[in-house]
Amino acid sequence: MTTDFDIIVVGGGHAGTEAAAVAARMGLHVALVSFGKDMIGAMSCNPAIGGLGKGHLVREVDAFDGLIGSAADDAAVHYRMLNASKGAAVQGPRIQADRKLFRASIQTQLAGLANLDVVEAEAAALHFLPTAPTRVAGLVLGDGSTITSAAVVLATGTFLGGKLFRGEERLDGGRVGEASAMLLAQQLRGADLPIARLKTGTPPRLDGRTIDWSRLEMQPSDDNDWTMSSMRSRRSVPQLFCAMSRTNSHTHDIIRSGLHRSPLFGGDIEGRGPRYCPSIEDKIFRFGDREGHQVFLEPEGLDSHFIYPNGISTSLPTDIQAAMVRSMVGLEQCEIVVPGYAVEYDYIDPRCLDTSLAVRGFDGLYCAGQINGTTGYEEAAAQGLVAGMGAASKILAQPMPPIDRTNSYIAVMIDDLTLQGVTEPYRMLTARAEYRLRLRSDNAASRLTPLAIAAGAVGSERAAAFQDRLLRQSELQGRLEKTVSADVLIKLGIAVKQDAGKMSLFDWLRFPQVSIAQLLELDGAVGPQDLIMELEQDGRYAPYLARQEAEINDMAANEQIQLSALMDYSGISGLSHEMVERLAASRPENLAAASRIRGITPAALAAILVHAKRAKIAVAQAA
Amino acid sequence: MNTADTIFALSSGAPPAAIAIMRISGPVAFDILRGLSGRVPPPRRASVCSLRSPETQEILDQALVLVFPGPDTATGEDLVELHLHGGRAVVRAVANAIDKFPGARRAEAGEFTRRAFANGRMDLNEAEGLADLLSAETEWQRRAAAKMFGGAFSAAIEEYRQDVLRLSALTEAELDFSDEGDVDSQNNISITKGCEKLRQKIAQLLVSPPAEKLKDGLRVVLAGPPNSGKSTLLNALVGREAAIVSDIAGTTRDMIEVPMAVEGVALLFTDTAGLRDDSADVIERIGIDRSHAAMQQADILLWLGTEGDSPAHPNLIQIAAKSDVNQMVEKSADAIAVSAVTGAGMSELLYMVAERAKTLLPPPDQFAINARQRAFLADAASALAACGDSADWLIIAENLRQARRALDALTGLAHTEDLLDTIFGKFCVGK
Repeated sequence: MTTDFDIIVVGGGHAGTEAAAVAARMGLHVALVSFGKDMIGAMSCNPAIGGLGKGHLVREVDAFDGLIGSAADDAAVHYRMLNASKGAAVQGPRIQADRKLFRASIQTQLAGLANLDVVEAEAAALHFLPTAPTRVAGLVLGDGSTITSAAVVLATGTFLGGKLFRGEERLDGGRVGEASAMLLAQQLRGADLPIARLKTGTPPRLDGRTIDWSRLEMQPSDDNDWTMSSMRSRRSVPQLFCAMSRTNSHTHDIIRSGLHRSPLFGGDIEGRGPRYCPSIEDKIFRFGDREGHQVFLEPEGLDSHFIYPNGISTSLPTDIQAAMVRSMVGLEQCEIVVPGYAVEYDYIDPRCLDTSLAVRGFDGLYCAGQINGTTGYEEAAAQGLVAGMGAASKILAQPMPPIDRTNSYIAVMIDDLTLQGVTEPYRMLTARAEYRLRLRSDNAASRLTPLAIAAGAVGSERAAAFQDRLLRQSELQGRLEKTVSADVLIKLGIAVKQDAGKMSLFDWLRFPQVSIAQLLELDGAVGPQDLIMELEQDGRYAPYLARQEAEINDMAANEQIQLSALMDYSGISGLSHEMVERLAASRPENLAAASRIRGITPAALAAILVHAKRAKIAVAQAA
Repeated sequence: MNTADTIFALSSGAPPAAIAIMRISGPVAFDILRGLSGRVPPPRRASVCSLRSPETQEILDQALVLVFPGPDTATGEDLVELHLHGGRAVVRAVANAIDKFPGARRAEAGEFTRRAFANGRMDLNEAEGLADLLSAETEWQRRAAAKMFGGAFSAAIEEYRQDVLRLSALTEAELDFSDEGDVDSQNNISITKGCEKLRQKIAQLLVSPPAEKLKDGLRVVLAGPPNSGKSTLLNALVGREAAIVSDIAGTTRDMIEVPMAVEGVALLFTDTAGLRDDSADVIERIGIDRSHAAMQQADILLWLGTEGDSPAHPNLIQIAAKSDVNQMVEKSADAIAVSAVTGAGMSELLYMVAERAKTLLPPPDQFAINARQRAFLADAASALAACGDSADWLIIAENLRQARRALDALTGLAHTEDLLDTIFGKFCVGK
């Protein structure tokens, strides 16, 4: 059957653009459907990309030749490495972006993909094959016309049944000033998918010309030269300052005086908000005894006077917002340009998705981004990448790239979402990754680009750059194989124990007082800085990584035991009601995944294992 | 609940007895009771019911019936107890009648406990405790098993787990939130102090005597030169002719082990081949080698030889044997003089051995930990010790994760979400 497109992606946000782009890179014909062409690549909340855990996701998507890393560099007016004083595995690169430059970069990158068409239209409804009601065959547009495809990726963000709240005001829409996808939401609700509500919020935007910057502590861009994308060798945009203010007891009194007018406390919002990105009224309600909460004032762009006050997301009435802002140091005369608001939106319980983000029970339907219950650009982008690769791999009849909890934050997130579901918007944290020591933001390319190249998801330019990088990397590794004794290092002025013996330069790196720069000086030439730093960290944590191997091997053994998506968990003796419910909702793909579901005991796992083996024997006998 | 079979079994001792208790557990347990007695009496109250054969309506027995609706029952399922008259034929007739109900079958060994475990009514440690309780033969075994079954050990592990979780949360908050201004950065000294305190608690458990000694009995080894009266003493101690006794030196060649409970403590008395250097007999020499090995493994060593020749052992009791005849070996005044012939000193010796044994066993008011539990606790302790060796938050976090894994393995599984709950419950994070 010929279709208009191979894949249709609904939504031009961070998830939708990555999904469309990766499918196009894999050689498929893709339509990206968005309300407005100009809004493709818009950042609807804070003007920052990256951060703790999130920076890892950006670098990982970049390792798959995604858009977000390059766009971040093209737009960055401020660079900061979070946790710079801590181990490399938890360092989080973050940039402040000029919104316009970011959008422009995304749009330019998309325009460079030959087989990707942007369709400016409202996505009204999914189009199903008349003969097969669960086989997605395309999309009905707002004007009634239909475009056909083999797969549809939904990346609708907060636009699905989106509703805005501000004090006593109510509005339909996913972002202020834009429509929401009500028709599509109705259809999905009718399709028997597990849909619930979540909420998120955004702070008021301030007029930077009315802020007294002289009274505030300033935070300059850091003076290193790292970039978000390995395809951007240097920083290209002029750098701006951020600044810091703080709430105080007077601010807190003002907020308390407005709590009864907040939709959050009036019971109007049913969806749950994120614990790690709470509204300021939430913070005061729960942690009111704290002296004050830090507020970062972030510039929204080079030629914009809008300032994003990070830390005071709110849905209080506009008059309270204004009083609250003006109670803070430096903001006494500040004008609000756009008041903050809360958004409540539909999300699909991600436990109904498989690990390629395909909706179980449907053929050709994928979901990515906030619709799956996550928050954050980076989380959305990473899911877009997975859904796009999932849909493309299916059409190309090739396996998904083998990502798992031991090689990427992306897979940690997908695993968490599809197994545990969400009770609040899901945000990446380094604490979620149990194999964090090996998942650093500085080794994302080494970890993932080979898989991405094998899947055909990488363009020729990056593939060539990566081959070059591999050569330089192995040359450096070769140099570190040289064995030296403690005496040699002591002569260099490195404080190691004399009786530590002889070992390779790489093995010496496990001692924190030994730096790779010192070791490489042993034979003169110094190589490329990023590779050197990566190698140094590899050596630092090598003993711990070795210790984790046994744990990882245990898991790999359990991953070999596949569990059927059709398994009847209620028929397994020894499982409680609650366990049956959770297993049936998540449908783990193998025993290792089942073991990670909350509340599943070792005894329950044993019962599942026995059942799976019996079922396999029964199938073999029937055949 | 689950859709498993309904299982039944005689849960009291073998008939005939005054009463016999038949237990039925599973989804159709109440249906079976209704089929037998025509009704399901109110829960948790003893009711007298006539049990009839569903086929012939003939009365099988007048039983006292207890009904426990799940999930708050021993097995976590609907549970019925039939207190029958304890005759063999009665029990057989009722069992046969139950067996004919669809969905019912006879329980396999340990299946009630397995269901309790599977339904989360007890964890692994409690299940092990129950098994020990049912097999306890001595008073000390019973007390330790009751402690384990009662969940005292699990409660202690849960306390440690909460401690580790709290320390992990502090560490993770530092890693994930301190640089965004949400959590005030702290120095890691309070965390490493916390780790050390917890490690000491666990270390205390680890040095306590192992549970296996309770079960298998402490090894009390009788040793000395040939013909010093070891076998005679063994026979006198255990009250029967366990070892062959003769005047010929080197009669005992292999070890003879006799278990016996003394003052509620399980002991394993071991007679050994007499020690001498000049034996030409190949087999006797092998026996002597074994004697040396047994002395090494002895928890308590009874030495019948010359005092100056006695081997080094932390729990050595000097015995002056054959006190009825002229002493053959030289002993100091501290040695216990015994005579197997007259019985002199025997009860004194047994008392002394039992008292010494009690110091080597887990005290009765404390649970005893077995080898499995000990291994995981040792892992947790060494991971906690490693927390103090590094100033790197990442390494501290990794070691705490290892400690958590070890403790989780003791009682069940926990997940990263537990950790996040602890973080978010404690800190105001996020902007």
